Amino acid sequence: MKNLVLKGVLGASALVLLASAASAGTLDDVKKKGFVQCGVNTGLAGFAAPNDKGEWSGFDVDYCRAVAAAVFGDGTKVKFTPLSAKDRLPALQSGEIDVLIRNTTWTLSRDTQGFDFPGVNYYDGQGFMINAKKLSGINSALQLSGASVCVQAGTTTELNLADYFKANKMDYNPVVFEKLEEVNAAYDAGRCDVYTTDQSGLYAIRLTLSAPDDHVVLPEIISKEPLGPVVRQGDSQWADVIRWTHYALLTAEELGITKANVEELTKSDSPEIKRVLGQEANTKLGTDLGLTNDWVVNIVKAVGNYGELFESNVGAGSKLKIARGINAQWSKGGLQYAMPIR
Amino acid sequence: MVDSNLSFVRTEMLQGETPPLGERGIVRWIRLNMMATPVDAILTILAIFFLAWFIPPMINWLFVQASWSGADRAVCSTVAQGGVMPDGWSGACWAYVNANFDQFMYGRYQLDQHWRVNLVGILFVVLLVPLLIPKAPFKTANAIVFFFIFPIAAFFLLVGGWFGLPYIETATWGGLLVTLVLSFVGIAISLPLGIVLALGRRSKMPVIKMLCVIFIEMVRGIPLVTVLFMASYMLPLFLPPGVSFDKFLRALIGVSLFASAYMAEVVRGGLQAIPKGQYEGADSLGLSYWQKTGLIVLPQALKMVIPGIVNTFIGLFKDTSLVSIISMFDLLGTVRQHFNDANWASPQTPISGLIFAGFVFWIFCFGMSRYSIFMERRLDTGHKR
Repeated sequence: MKNLVLKGVLGASALVLLASAASAGTLDDVKKKGFVQCGVNTGLAGFAAPNDKGEWSGFDVDYCRAVAAAVFGDGTKVKFTPLSAKDRLPALQSGEIDVLIRNTTWTLSRDTQGFDFPGVNYYDGQGFMINAKKLSGINSALQLSGASVCVQAGTTTELNLADYFKANKMDYNPVVFEKLEEVNAAYDAGRCDVYTTDQSGLYAIRLTLSAPDDHVVLPEIISKEPLGPVVRQGDSQWADVIRWTHYALLTAEELGITKANVEELTKSDSPEIKRVLGQEANTKLGTDLGLTNDWVVNIVKAVGNYGELFESNVGAGSKLKIARGINAQWSKGGLQYAMPIR
Repeated sequence: MVDSNLSFVRTEMLQGETPPLGERGIVRWIRLNMMATPVDAILTILAIFFLAWFIPPMINWLFVQASWSGADRAVCSTVAQGGVMPDGWSGACWAYVNANFDQFMYGRYQLDQHWRVNLVGILFVVLLVPLLIPKAPFKTANAIVFFFIFPIAAFFLLVGGWFGLPYIETATWGGLLVTLVLSFVGIAISLPLGIVLALGRRSKMPVIKMLCVIFIEMVRGIPLVTVLFMASYMLPLFLPPGVSFDKFLRALIGVSLFASAYMAEVVRGGLQAIPKGQYEGADSLGLSYWQKTGLIVLPQALKMVIPGIVNTFIGLFKDTSLVSIISMFDLLGTVRQHFNDANWASPQTPISGLIFAGFVFWIFCFGMSRYSIFMERRLDTGHKR
């Protein structure tokens, strides 16, 4: 209830103040102050979490560094503002942060309420995890009729869950908790049969269970959660910088440009690589964007390409071991498709 | 025949016998305190069973099985969970607290500048302790240094940007540092402000009285969460562009004002408990309003409401955890934030972190409560019951 009131207040004030707060020229402001203020998750394994030295790491965090590298040629010129789900959009609206890269789902209502989504850096979706030892023989969410389902209160997850079971004419028994740790503990203790949240989250939660190997993530994805960076509406130059930073990361992966070989490839003869890395004579691709012509070199040098980011933060090279799935390049059956840099 | 003396006269006093076993020492104590009636006996036995059931596993979990040091989650998880511990192992993960200890104390405060926080902490203790000990000398000088010079020095030390110290953004502060700064500033502001508000509410001047009533009732009617949320996200929307306060400062003001309203009501309770004769006596001596208040009324009123005041302080200390909803991380917030570090995510991590945070909170709250009992006893003159 409190959440609803807060949302109402926020929505109303965001609309009222839309015109005044969304001023143009974030890129110039960022250049003037010398760093990018980036809103990230307060803590989500693999996406944004501080380590024991207090340094931020994760997939979204590296996207922030990539933006800083594109603007300044230096991936360290970024400051992180950890934001909870409630305060992320007000913080962007009030100008406290320049860009929000915090597992934010691209929806129509958000897009029209004063925000722009320059791209999708991670295609997520709500999934189910079950204890395969306890519920042996279940390999599809459609067999879950009558199950008790652990879910976090006040999330879209809870609503999607209700929709899915209703649409498939199944019964379920929701076990709802306010805090994530409570849901985890309840599921681990066997108080419910099924755990549902975004699939990326399920893999992170598996790490905290007492017998991770007993638990399987079911194949069904019951909602679309395209997660991406968010900027204030009405500043297309800044939105372009974020959008093309994302495409640069994807293009680098497509062309085989990695953190290790980017320096070497600036001398490549391949016309496409030369164009992307800004080595063509009289190129204006970077300066038209408001950046320098070697912006792609800077990005890849700072954080690597999209594939490297994925593997080291959430994929095989991390503790989460999430499969690439629909986040693979379009040429490999995934959804990640970069517009041509030319 | 031997002349026998049949009469027996004891020539010296008999030594007192030690009481029988059931009437002395530990047995007597147990009999009187634990087994006095059948109901007591049953309760005692139940309690012993409960403790025997509860304490050994707890000690085992907390200390014996605990994992004390290590580099990542492996030391706190079993082989099946991807760690090094034998299957079925369960123990506290102090290694997690150990590895993240600096984070829990300072947050993301610049690593090589932690000495500044330590220095402020040491100064604080050195100045506060003599102030709390009634017999220590130089009270006035000490108080002046503590309440006027120390806050300024602490501000310059913590924030920096002067005298060659690098500037540290308050956004990077966290952990116990935030908890202590928020609560001590809140306490230091709320007590005087609360007294002023309480006096204002009992004032005979209608405007002052009304302003105080409106402030107190407004603030008490709003949850702290809402105050913090308004201060940190709504306020910037209403201010002209370019004008911005530090978010931490906004939270500080919010917390202080909030605590003041509660403090005002506690103090008002004390003011109302003073018998009318005290006021009239002061008036008949020809004392002015401020003399009357400062010399007669407040010393008695405050003494009476010490438990209430300390109650508010302890509440405030724990309420500082709410700042995590505006993305500032106090001790509890920092501990919870680090649960999500994939390097340390394990089944034992969250509970170990929470126990640590709870223990630190308990130390501070218990300390405040003991000191308040000491002060009550010391100041208890003339109201002994």
